[in-house]
Amino acid sequence: MSAVEVSGLRKSYGSDDVLHGIDLVIPEGEVFALLGPNGAGKTTTIEILEGYRERDDGDVAVLGVDPAKGDASFRARIGIVLQSSAVYPRLRVDQMMRLFAGYYPNPRDINELLELVGLADRIRDRVRTLSGGQKRRLDLALALVGDPELIFLDEPTTGFDPEARRRAWTTISDLRQLGKTILLTTHYLDEAHHLADRIAILRKGKIAAEGTPAELLSETELTEIRYRRDGEIVVVQTRTPTATLNELTSEAIAQGVELEGLEVRRPSLEDFYLNLVEDD
Amino acid sequence: MPRLFFHELRSQQLLFWRNYEAAFFTFALPIIFLVLLGAVYGDSEIDGISGSTFLLAGMIGYAVASSAFAGLGITLVIRRESGVLKRVRGAPIPPAVHLSGVIASTLIVVAISVVVQVLIGHFAFDADWPSSPISFVVELLIGAAVFAALGLAITGLIKSQEGSSAVVNAIYLPMAFLSGAFFSTSSMPAFLEAIANVLPLTYLLRMLRGSFVEGDTIADHGTNIAVLLAWGVAGLIFALRRFRWEPQEA
Ligand SMILES: Nc1ncnc2c1ncn2[C@@H]1O[C@H](COP(=O)(O)OP(=O)(O)OP(=O)(O)O)[C@@H](O)[C@H]1O
Ligand SMILES: [Mg+2]
Repeated sequence: MSAVEVSGLRKSYGSDDVLHGIDLVIPEGEVFALLGPNGAGKTTTIEILEGYRERDDGDVAVLGVDPAKGDASFRARIGIVLQSSAVYPRLRVDQMMRLFAGYYPNPRDINELLELVGLADRIRDRVRTLSGGQKRRLDLALALVGDPELIFLDEPTTGFDPEARRRAWTTISDLRQLGKTILLTTHYLDEAHHLADRIAILRKGKIAAEGTPAELLSETELTEIRYRRDGEIVVVQTRTPTATLNELTSEAIAQGVELEGLEVRRPSLEDFYLNLVEDD
Repeated sequence: MPRLFFHELRSQQLLFWRNYEAAFFTFALPIIFLVLLGAVYGDSEIDGISGSTFLLAGMIGYAVASSAFAGLGITLVIRRESGVLKRVRGAPIPPAVHLSGVIASTLIVVAISVVVQVLIGHFAFDADWPSSPISFVVELLIGAAVFAALGLAITGLIKSQEGSSAVVNAIYLPMAFLSGAFFSTSSMPAFLEAIANVLPLTYLLRMLRGSFVEGDTIADHGTNIAVLLAWGVAGLIFALRRFRWEPQEA
């Protein structure tokens, strides 16, 4: 059985048609990244799957349950990081964790979780004294406290410093090792590339592209060659990098000049993404 | 389910006493008023009973409205707007159990407040003991439940965190004055009296003051209970329709 199955999902806010017919299947144990520009409908989609928002049309099954009818036993099986963090500011970190751990039938060890997200040294501090990124880490720890099978992460690493982001990546990879299913959204393409087994890009209410990172990349055949001439950066995009590079370098050698800062780059996921969303 | 309820109750107690400002306004202030006003007119006679007993019943009623209506309403709006209620809604605690825990925690605060006030009233100002303690407790429970329902309901009328204490205070402070929590309303102009005659606190205070009079029990207060329950049911119906778990301010 798939962890998430969505077909023909539609949602509008008044006359604002946000999702017009989304299909998604996320097998158990997969890390799935949902990408798309601001306002594309990522949060809308994810909150429909979590049971927060009602859909207008389509079939949705999350862990075999219709989330619109999901009860406490359904919520015990999912973990949620919402896009904006929310806490009881006056509690200590450990009190906040214990409060939420108490809602779940089989909570995880709190110290271990705080260690995992890098908050072990703040355990007795008031939540309101945490920095923005630290609050976000607490959000992640809270999402994991019930030992969920399926984890929704809506921009979980926004505001993280590079080290914390790496740490979160490790945490997410570890969860995957444990067989958990993860649906995440992010605006960091390298994050999606690093973490996701599969990626879907949401654009204009539809899924515009979907596949493994490798599959998506193979759809762009352009290789980028960059160098500096007279202080200006020159960018050449080509489908035949060997020939083009040969031409450029032969020419340079013939003229006795150096191609400064010469760089040959495979297109990144970011290039693919920008290409896809730019021609609006 | 009982485990979840008691976990919530314990958590809410922790949250309440950590929130010093709210604890001051809903718990400490009525007690402070009792002491201050008791020193001023505890010895006089008001509406046929001793000033201190009149005031004690008034401040107990005020504390009920303060905790169960104002404190509960403001706290829930702030939690809703900050997104905490949404987070709770995503956890495996049934919404009704969560809210029951929050309300039960409020009742504990009311109970402590009442005990403290009755003791201070009696020993410091010579106020009477409630003549029928059981009726007194049942009346308090009814009053607290009704005001809690109204506290849930008022959240449906408030859209923002900033607005919450302004709106709630604008409702319950005038209500406390008009209902006669602080002073006798016997010489109030007719139009104010007409307003007072629809306010729920008026009816709770009539019952509470009665319960200090010899021989008066809850059985003597059918009308007062009926009016209170009508308010409670109306509040509950409104709350069921308009209570929200997600932030309302776009
Ligand atoms: N509660 C709401 N009421 C009305 N419109 C909404 C609501 N929530 C979202 N929208 C609209 O729906 C669209 C999609 O919003 P959504 O939050 O799902 O986007 P997103 O992909 O998560 O964007 P971001 O990357 O900025 O988080 C936007 O145009 C937004 O204005
Ligand atoms: Mg979003």
